Amino acid sequence: MARLVVLGGGVSGHTAATFAAKWLGSAHEVVVVTPNSKWNWIPSNIWVGVGEMSKEDVTFDLAPVYAKAGINYKQAKAVSINPEGSGTNDKPFVTIEYTLEGREGDSEVVEYDYLINATGPKLNFGATPGLGEGSNLGEHTVSVCTADHAIHANEEFQKTIETMKNGERQKFLIGTGHGMCTCQGAAFEYIFNIEHELTRAGVRDMADIKWISNESFLGDFGMGGLHMKVGGYAVSSKLFAESLFAERNVDWIIGAHVNKVESGKVHYELLDGSFGEEEFDFSMLIPPFAGVGLKAYSKDGSDITDTIFAPNGFLKVDANYAAGAYENWKASDWPETYQNPTYDNIFACGIAFAPPHPISKPMSSPNGTPITPTPPRTGMPSGIIGKAVAHSICDRITKGENAPLHKASMADMGAACVASAGKGLFDGTAAAMTVYPVVPDYEKYPGTGRDTDYTFGEIGLAGHWIKHILHHLFIWKAKLKFGWTKIPE
Amino acid sequence: MKKEEVNFGKSDQFNLTMIPGKFAKAMRTNIIWQFIRFIVINIKMLIVVSKSH
Ligand SMILES: Cc1cc2nc3c(=O)[nH]c(=O)nc-3n(C[C@H](O)[C@H](O)[C@H](O)COP(=O)(O)OP(=O)(O)OC[C@H]3O[C@@H](n4cnc5c(N)ncnc54)[C@H](O)[C@@H]3O)c2cc1C
Repeated sequence: MARLVVLGGGVSGHTAATFAAKWLGSAHEVVVVTPNSKWNWIPSNIWVGVGEMSKEDVTFDLAPVYAKAGINYKQAKAVSINPEGSGTNDKPFVTIEYTLEGREGDSEVVEYDYLINATGPKLNFGATPGLGEGSNLGEHTVSVCTADHAIHANEEFQKTIETMKNGERQKFLIGTGHGMCTCQGAAFEYIFNIEHELTRAGVRDMADIKWISNESFLGDFGMGGLHMKVGGYAVSSKLFAESLFAERNVDWIIGAHVNKVESGKVHYELLDGSFGEEEFDFSMLIPPFAGVGLKAYSKDGSDITDTIFAPNGFLKVDANYAAGAYENWKASDWPETYQNPTYDNIFACGIAFAPPHPISKPMSSPNGTPITPTPPRTGMPSGIIGKAVAHSICDRITKGENAPLHKASMADMGAACVASAGKGLFDGTAAAMTVYPVVPDYEKYPGTGRDTDYTFGEIGLAGHWIKHILHHLFIWKAKLKFGWTKIPE
Repeated sequence: MKKEEVNFGKSDQFNLTMIPGKFAKAMRTNIIWQFIRFIVINIKMLIVVSKSH
């Protein structure tokens, strides 16, 4: 009997673990180690953050789902990996620390035959003074990265509505809280939900709404922007985004590295080297992401963290980390199998794998401060990669150690992103965007790097309905309800 | 002044972009047109999904 251990029960790890359990059956064991007791459909946290959904709408208990799937669930966080075992144990293992109520802090060693690291991001609020400490959100801004953060964001948001109803103007500042952030799409969605809700509450004319982000142009989204077909033209996402911002009267600051947050004020540096300040009454700033800080030790106990993890804490996989300057970047730099180059029974999926380099053109200010979005690894790629990795491991377990690995390169994969602006079925609209492939391939698609037949964006109710359907569909799938395997990632 | 022209004057950044007019905005919430777009977007998304797996 082989044992597959999956670290992280988020979008990617949950997909990997549930498919692996289905494909392996009871002949082998699948263990999930994850610190949370609930699964969260993170994209819908946006609606929690404006009071349109509750935490219960976007989360569910993991234990019954894993019991149904025959998965051994440990509510704990992984601390370290011993890929060669230790002096007293020849089998590779991970050391975990329980977060389960009643067992908090208990340590356990979990041996594995195959390991998937799907631990997602550490929300690195501590990277910007005043934004928070370590992975904890600070007191000056709000976040929508977790369901609990989103509840808090909505509480603060409702207070601003009351203040405006009492005749006082309010300033909203939404975007990214550091020069090296990703996930601009989430902030983009949040700012337009805020705008929609303020209009609905009848206080839009009392609100000044501003976007601040590390993108060098509006609509970069960490993907170097995209070109899409609109009204017979092939246009840059810059025009698409700027048009939406202008239409909704949302001003913007771009190319900004937020370097300090204080009560009611952010300080930032721009790509042109100048510095500025912006005041706010309400601010949601996405933190930069890092790996969750797992350590790795060799058999003799020496620290080999640098061998298997990149400096940003993400797991090294089969990517080309030596691509060098932007001019040399190729689609083939991106990983295909997500296998660690040193230990072939360790894989990564979702945000936890170390990308070879950004997708957007790297930029820095004349002062040497890098101000470049890091590459997004959104829900669809995270799910597809999780499934491909699970497939590879299941094949190796059932067909032998030399079974070929499944491939899922982000340069060969699309992503669908639907950014809603409001939740009502007939008054909400959404910007529905599809990009193919996520990583541009200029050899295959000279010019824009992407297939403009399948890279498109439009605003309307249709996208909004899709967003609603996706919410219910993905929660249905994650709960392993009837037909879940047929629902694509 | 037409409604869509108001925001052009609000900032230099707004002035350099395009803002949808009455017709384009009405189509965004026109149920019949949006139903057609719903079908088209879904088909396109399904093709992207199938190309990605
Ligand atoms: C507000 C917001 C909105 C978004 N909207 C969209 C959208 O509309 N569309 C889209 O495609 N994507 C969206 N995304 C991105 C999407 O949520 C991510 O791509 C996806 O969650 C990544 O999956 P993952 O499994 O890599 O990470 P996660 O889903 O974050 O899962 C990581 C898991 O690992 C666990 N973990 C952490 N540390 C440890 C440890 N030490 N040991 C074990 N487990 C650990 C965590 O608790 C978590 O359960 C959004 C993200 C945010 C923040």
